[in-house]
Order: sequence, then C-alpha cells, then structure tokens
Amino acid sequence: MIDDLAMVLASSVRLTVPLAFAACGEYIAERAGTINISVEAMMLGGAFNAVWGASLTGSASFGLVFGMLAGLVIGFVHAQFSHRLSVNTYVVGLALNALVLGLTSFLLDSVDLTGHQVDALNIPVLSDLPLLGPVLFAHRWPAYLLVGVIPLVWWLVQRSRFGLELRAAGENPQSADVTGIDVRRRRRQSVLLCGVLAGLGGAYLAVGEVGAFNQNMTAGRGFVVIAAVIFGGWTLRGTMAGCLVFGAADAMRLALPALGVHLNSQLLIAAPYLLALLTMMFLAKTHRQPAALGAPFVRGIV
Amino acid sequence: MTPTLISERAPAVAAPPADPRRRPRLADLGTPLLYAASLSTALVLAGLLIALVGQSPWDAASAMYDGSLADGAAIGQSIDQAAPLLLVAIGSVIAARAGIFNIGQEGQLLVGASVGAAIALFTPGPGPLVLILALLGAAVGGALWAAIAALLFYWRGVAVVISTLLLIFVANQAVSYAVNSPSLLREKAVAGQVTTSQTDMLAESVWLPRIGEYPDFNIGAGIFIALVLAVGTSVVLVRSRLGFRVRMLGLNPKAAHRAGVGAVLIGGGALLASGAFAGLAGGVMLTGSGHRMQDGFADNVGFDGLLVALVARDKPMLAVPVALFFGALRAGGGFLSATGVPRYIVAVVTALLVLATVFPAAYAEVRRRRTAGA
Repeated sequence: MIDDLAMVLASSVRLTVPLAFAACGEYIAERAGTINISVEAMMLGGAFNAVWGASLTGSASFGLVFGMLAGLVIGFVHAQFSHRLSVNTYVVGLALNALVLGLTSFLLDSVDLTGHQVDALNIPVLSDLPLLGPVLFAHRWPAYLLVGVIPLVWWLVQRSRFGLELRAAGENPQSADVTGIDVRRRRRQSVLLCGVLAGLGGAYLAVGEVGAFNQNMTAGRGFVVIAAVIFGGWTLRGTMAGCLVFGAADAMRLALPALGVHLNSQLLIAAPYLLALLTMMFLAKTHRQPAALGAPFVRGIV
Repeated sequence: MTPTLISERAPAVAAPPADPRRRPRLADLGTPLLYAASLSTALVLAGLLIALVGQSPWDAASAMYDGSLADGAAIGQSIDQAAPLLLVAIGSVIAARAGIFNIGQEGQLLVGASVGAAIALFTPGPGPLVLILALLGAAVGGALWAAIAALLFYWRGVAVVISTLLLIFVANQAVSYAVNSPSLLREKAVAGQVTTSQTDMLAESVWLPRIGEYPDFNIGAGIFIALVLAVGTSVVLVRSRLGFRVRMLGLNPKAAHRAGVGAVLIGGGALLASGAFAGLAGGVMLTGSGHRMQDGFADNVGFDGLLVALVARDKPMLAVPVALFFGALRAGGGFLSATGVPRYIVAVVTALLVLATVFPAAYAEVRRRRTAGA
C-alpha cells in the first residue's frame, strides 16, 4: 500500500516538474499582461531541440541548454510580433503553435535523433526515507533546479525593481507608460523569460523523463500550464499548487488501472481544463487577474 | 494627442490636396510590395527547409501541384478540403467582427460532428431529411458548445479567448468518451469482429451528395453550402441592420451601448453563430468525407479555418479564395509522401504564410506611428 502510494506520488512529482518550469515562465508573462498561448510551442520546441542538441553533442545536459535556446527563439519571435509590431498576441500564438508542431514533426522525420537522458541524482540519506525518499529525493538532476528557480521567480516578480515595472505593465500600462516605464520592452522581456523557462520545461520532459522525442510530445501540456496559472489565481504558489494537482491527475490516469482502480481516464485528462474553467468562473469577479491581461498596449489610447 | 496625430488617423478619404503634412511615404507605396516580399520570404524559408534536410523543393512543389491542381480529380480534392475550412472561417469572421475572438472552433467542430453523427445514426426516416436534420443538429451542437463560453463571459466575465481555448480539450475528451462508450456512439458489435473506438459508418442515404463525374471531376455539395453561406454572411454584415449592429459592437462597444445595441444579444449571438458554423463544418466533414467519427477526426480543420479568417482579414468574401488556397495546400500535402518530404511541411507553410500576411500591415502601422510621433 505504502509502495503504491509512493509510486503514484513520485510519478505525480515527475509529471509536475516540466509543468512547473513552464508555469513559472507563463506566470511572469501573464503578470506582465500577456496571455502567452505559444507556451505550448515553446515547450514542444524545447523538447525537440533538447533531443536534437543531445544527439549532436552527445550530452543530455547540453540538450537542456539547446531546449532553453529554442524556447528563447520562439519567445523572441512572439515578442517582436506582438509587442513591437502590435499583432494580436493570440494570432501570433496560434501561428507559432501550428508552426512549431509542423516543424518538429517535419524534422523528426528528416533528421537522425538518438536517445539521451540526464543522470538521476539520488540525494544521499534522504532518498532512503520511507515514502518521502522516492517521492522527493530521487529524481533526474535538473528537477532540483526548481528549488532555486521558484524562489528566484518569486523574488524577481514580487521584490525586484524589474518585477515592479513588469507588474505595472500588466496592471495599468497607461500609468506605467506615463511614469516612464517602457511597457512594451518589459512585456517583450517577460515573454523571453517565459520562453527560456518553458523551453527548459519541455527539455526536461524530453531528455529528463522520457529520453527521446516523439511527435507532438507535449500534447497540450502548454495549455495545462495556462490552466495552472489561472487555477492559481495569478499567484506563484497557487500556480505551483495547480501544477501539482494537474501532474497528479496525469499520474493517476497512468497508474490507477495498474492498481485496479477505475476512474474515467477522459475525465482525468479533461480535469485540468475543467478545474481552470471552474476557477475562472468563481474568481472572475474578485479581480485577481492582472487588470490589463490580454489587452495590447498602444500609447495614448485609453 | 497632437493634432497631427488626429489628421494622420483619417488619411485616405477626401484628403485635402494641399495638405503640407501629408507626403507620400515609402510605407504607402510599399505595402503591396511588402506583401509580395513577405509572402515570398515565407515560401523561400519553406523551400530552404526542404533543401536543408536533403530533399528537392522542386519535387515537393510539383507533387503539391499534382495533388491539388493538376487535373479534375485533384481540383475536386482541393475544393472538398476547402469547404469545411471556409465554413469555420465564416464563423470566425462573424465573431471577430463583433469584437469577440473565438479560438475554440476545433472543439465546436468536434461537438457538432458528434451531434450530427448521433442524429444521422439513430434517426429513422428518409435519407435527405435525416441528412438535413444531421447538418442542422451539428450546427446546433457547435452553437451550444460556444454557448458555454458565452455564458461564462456574460455571466461571470471569463475571457472568451481562454474559455474557448480550454473548452477544445474538454470537447476532445467528451467526444472521445462518447465514441468509446458502447451505450453512446461506439460502433455496434458484430459477431466475430472486434469493435474499435469509432462510430458505425453512416448509411449511404445520409451522405452528402456528390456532383460531377467520378473520377474526372467530382465535388461534394459541402462547398456549395459554404459558398452560399459566405455570400449570405457578407451581405448581412455589410448591408443589413443586424450586420451594422454587429460591426458597431466590434468597432466601438461603448458607442454601440449608447446606441442601444445589446452586447449580450448581438455579441453572444455572434459567438453562438461562430460556433454553429464550426459545428456545421464538422457536420459537412462527417456526411461529406469521413462518414464516421474516429480518433483525429477534426484534423486541425478548426485551427486552420481560423487561420483562413485571419489571413482573409475578417472579410467573408476574401475568405473564399484563401480557403481554396489552404484547401489546395492540404490536398497537395497528401501527395508529398511519394517524394520523401514529410507532409508536415504543409503545416509549416500554412503557419509561415499566416505570419507573412500579418507582418506587412503591422509593419506599415509601426512606420506610420513612428513618422507621426516624430
């Protein structure tokens, strides 16, 4: 019983980690006022590029860097189109999602990829603890990066000058503009940060957990990430809790049949989206979302 | 805001001939040129990509041509592919003109097709009547799925973009559940055969009729439905009082409110109409080509149809040629496998073309703003 529980929990954590990296990025982007739907493209591009990079260099850890670069490039294109050229951000996001899905599927059929996986790192002593050990202290090494990334993102958004300006751009861009904050630049930077983190999330999925790339590997995880940020009410701790809940739903879908428990798998797949919709339904009137979320910024037009 | 900026905002119509501030600029002359450059860049990039993986772009192009335009059969294929794209695009145009951005067509299409399948499979009656009922049911199904987003928006203020996007994945799973449940849509067991997760084949009497001679040139009736609706939508949007209200709501919600345009009625109606068109597209795909629901039924038609509307800049009549072009790309993609170029290049080309068509207008706008600000 305790072994089954440990297995389900450990697999929940494993499935949460890629979501959590990407959700940190999406959280930054949304606080700056962009609903970045190309996070799916960033994760998928990151996953592909990580495996490609690992195949080229022979090192899975370099693959992670390649994955982050792919996310950065996609973020750059998105940022230039939507926060320099003022093209509707959803249009750009949809086009980028289609582009990256097509491009990765195309390249998967055209280039040779070899499987690579980063090393596992079992924390000595702690990983031997019953239940907690396998759940928290026996993962692939990049998973532990989260321990640093989450506080760093929190500090960046909530405590730094940069974060203050970023949140101002998301709450009231007109006032931010008048006080001398370059709203569009802050938003571009937030999308770039989102790209790096979502690329890392996708890369972790590919070279961390699976060790290979397959077509449409992320399969909508980017949209789960958006759902997590909404579910978390645009707070970082809520977002992370959302990732954990959605990761657990995913793990249960995979693990429950083996344990002889029958829960409808379609319901478990749909759970993140349903929970996000319900959250929005109940939170929508409490004004917890950034006030200018999704609104393009054009100077002088109120 | 400076007076200069105001005069810049209304340039073309009856510009006084001797306005000293108004000089011809590169951005004015260059817009068509910019479009040409931008579109060719997209195609060159796609060609380079093919060359980069060691295939011949020319072989790929000629295979695409063979599959989409070379003879009557190929042209018929392209037109068949274009019909659902056009239907989805018209719906997207209606919503966009009312200032509502619906991106959940993929889900609305699936739900519509499932409702259509349920009606077509379980309604007794003469074929043509059942067919019409199935198509209408598909439209109603799509509209009801969009109605969830409308309800969430007007009741609780949930952004339509997000709710329609998330509802796609809910629809995927709901339809997958229906198609997997023997008590719902899953195919009926025949002794000695294993059932898979798909519906029964529709009876031939409820298939959408095909026109023309096989195999020379033959097209499904779907395109005629789509064309009639495109013309109708265009006339209603431009010529009717209803269309005026829709456009007014989209252009200036505050003015529309003052003028007595009901945002819930007109805006919600536009969102439902857009869902209905997506659902109808699903119905046309079901009765016109697939004849059964199975995994991957939607095949990105919802998303591609939305891209058609974006490229057509929300004009229903412009959506017709764009849909035909995208349909030709999809049809041509089926012929690529012989050349060794993965068919996914079609998705790459489509997405690059979308970015290429939004670029020039945006660039010209930035140029205009910079010049005005200087």
